[in-house]
Amino acid sequence: MTIIPLYFAIPLLAAFLIPVIGKFAKTFTWLFTTAVSFALFVIALYGVAAVQEFPLIVCKMGRWAPPLGIVMVLDAFSAFMALVISIVVFAGALFSYRYLSHYTGQWKFYTLYMLITAGMMGVVLTGDLFNMFVFLEIAAISSYALVAFGVDAEELEASFKYMVMGEIGGLTFLLAIALIYARTSTLNLADISNVMQMFGQTTFFWTVLGLMLFAFSIKAAFVPFHSWLPDAHPAAPAPVSSLLSGIFIKVLGIYTTARMVFNVFGLSRANAPMFFNILIVLGLLSITFAGLTALNQKDYKRLLGYSSVSQIGYIMLGFGIGNYYGVAGAIFFILAHALAKGLLFLTSGAVVHATGTRDLNKLAGLGEKMPTTAWSFRFGGLSLIGIPPLVGFWAKFWIILGALKAGMLWLAITAIVLSGLTLYYYLKIENSVFLKKGKVDAKPAPFTMRIAMVFLVVLIVVLGLGFQQVIDFVVGPAANALLRGLEYSQLVFGYVTTGF
Amino acid sequence: MRGMSLVVKVVTNIVVGFIFIYGVYIILHGHLTPGGGFAGGVIIAGALVLRILAFGVEPVSEKRAEERASAFESLGALLFIGIAFAGLIIGGAFFLNFLPQGTPLRLLSGGIIPLCNIAIGIKVGAGLFTIFLALAAIKYVMED
Amino acid sequence: MIAFLACIVLFLIGLYAIVTKRNLIKIVIGFALMEYGINLLFALIGFRHGSVAPIITQIDMPRRFVDPVPQALVLTAIVIALGTTALMLAVALRIYNRYKTFDIAEIRKLKG
Repeated sequence: MTIIPLYFAIPLLAAFLIPVIGKFAKTFTWLFTTAVSFALFVIALYGVAAVQEFPLIVCKMGRWAPPLGIVMVLDAFSAFMALVISIVVFAGALFSYRYLSHYTGQWKFYTLYMLITAGMMGVVLTGDLFNMFVFLEIAAISSYALVAFGVDAEELEASFKYMVMGEIGGLTFLLAIALIYARTSTLNLADISNVMQMFGQTTFFWTVLGLMLFAFSIKAAFVPFHSWLPDAHPAAPAPVSSLLSGIFIKVLGIYTTARMVFNVFGLSRANAPMFFNILIVLGLLSITFAGLTALNQKDYKRLLGYSSVSQIGYIMLGFGIGNYYGVAGAIFFILAHALAKGLLFLTSGAVVHATGTRDLNKLAGLGEKMPTTAWSFRFGGLSLIGIPPLVGFWAKFWIILGALKAGMLWLAITAIVLSGLTLYYYLKIENSVFLKKGKVDAKPAPFTMRIAMVFLVVLIVVLGLGFQQVIDFVVGPAANALLRGLEYSQLVFGYVTTGF
Repeated sequence: MRGMSLVVKVVTNIVVGFIFIYGVYIILHGHLTPGGGFAGGVIIAGALVLRILAFGVEPVSEKRAEERASAFESLGALLFIGIAFAGLIIGGAFFLNFLPQGTPLRLLSGGIIPLCNIAIGIKVGAGLFTIFLALAAIKYVMED
Repeated sequence: MIAFLACIVLFLIGLYAIVTKRNLIKIVIGFALMEYGINLLFALIGFRHGSVAPIITQIDMPRRFVDPVPQALVLTAIVIALGTTALMLAVALRIYNRYKTFDIAEIRKLKG
């Protein structure tokens, strides 16, 4: 009996149970969703504990051995991503109860919410290329529907735009899969990695990698593929914005890119320095361009959307640096950004719920009326700017340390200077929404909303104080899992025989 | 949605049952011949859609039909995951084919594969029918 | 080789339609074309000369089969395409309902 199928089977089961029970009991549906999210959190914690012992755990679907059968592979990086997914999903589910009170058809929301969770869990766990595509599309289609959930004109338009971009990415990925299957006759990631190694870095190798990176860049919304994100993420209901910005783009864009580049195609700074430099350039481009655009946004959630594009750039920067500290920093940043951006979108939801607007010029004086929301916003913002001892500081610190160790002093300095952009646009929200005096009617956020926000604030502070443990047990092993590169395939085929 | 002419109604009355049975046949023989859960489900949905198109339906009963279809869709999905979980519980592996395999090329063979096909058939048939009804429902909103 | 290129061309025609057409429904048709291009490519990849369809009708058939894996992949891809197309059409119809037009140039509430 293995726990790995539970990661995606439990949310799938929940997703299809909700339509049956959801029409009769609204509160029960919410409780059920929250309970399932919490169960996922527990399973993910258990998974993180399990990968301390084994470097890699393989689960064969229906006992068919790879490369013929589909395998699920849990290594430290997958376990880490699953943990972050479950944290953001849990906070969002808690938050949804009161936020959704003015929407109709709530059970549809919870069904899609569980489907998107199942899709993301599947993407991070699968060891099969086509299976990854299927889970990716499950998550993506649910997210298109969730963005359009309000069925207002703006939301529909944002959803259509998002769908067009997202599907171009998805179909490009499918084309890359077709080309890979034509040349290698296999779909198992470990097996593909073996065959690719025999080819070496040929034109075919770079074509396929290029197509995949194009697809994942759209999903991750790097500049210049970002244009859908600032429309789509604000249009979704706040818990979904939090999920999409917090973890969705990282699972569909960053996780897939990192897994392909490091473990399947076996690239490292040593054998492809040019490629990693391109990643650094992409990262810097995202940070600067999206950061500057964020400065003159007048919409609370839209500003946060641009901020996500900008922060994704830091993650790419970390992977581009390519040494242990850089990669560990990037992975740490995934955690830090998921917590902080998830929290910030939840505060935006609380503000919208209380006032009905997200226009920065109309909002004012909420610092006194909504103290929990205001302080949550401050913690999230400070963590992203990189103020010690919050978790965001350590993440950025590790990336900068990586740049210094790689002898790229200019990059370290640029990264620090560009944090100024982050500082500037968070001060803008802080100033116009929470500090500025003004008369806007608002009640404090409801209890469940505050619980969700405080949960993330506590994690930001505690993980920041205990950063050494986070590095030792979670982030470090995840970075090593990526940096062991092509050993991945040997481990997958080697561990098949054990019965775990 | 209004119904069509008498000719269409009479012909539909005759063929709709055969189409439905054909869909069921395709689903049940999915492990032996081309086709299977998805193809059979599409045929079943085709029969249901044909009936609605020929005879027309009131908005109220269409709403009820959509709710029922979406309940059946969930049921199909639950059945499918249930089979997968049964493999996990009985044999210790997700999607394990835990039933006896039977004689090859007989109807009762393939272990859990026919059961999976039935689950997929229900899911796809009901799902496509739901999509049709949902898209038709948008038309009502527009006519208002 | 020509057949493979034709699939890629079909894919690119779909992409062209998505990029240049202004009608929402035509954009959805563009996606369908891209999808067909890839599905045909998959079917071609599995093709072997002098082989038959992978259907077993007798226990010991001394025949060569075409690769059945791409056919299974195509089926899955079709199901996914079905879901996306249905969702796209639903959203397009809803948009039509709000704006009374399918022209994207006239649907411009969001900037950038």
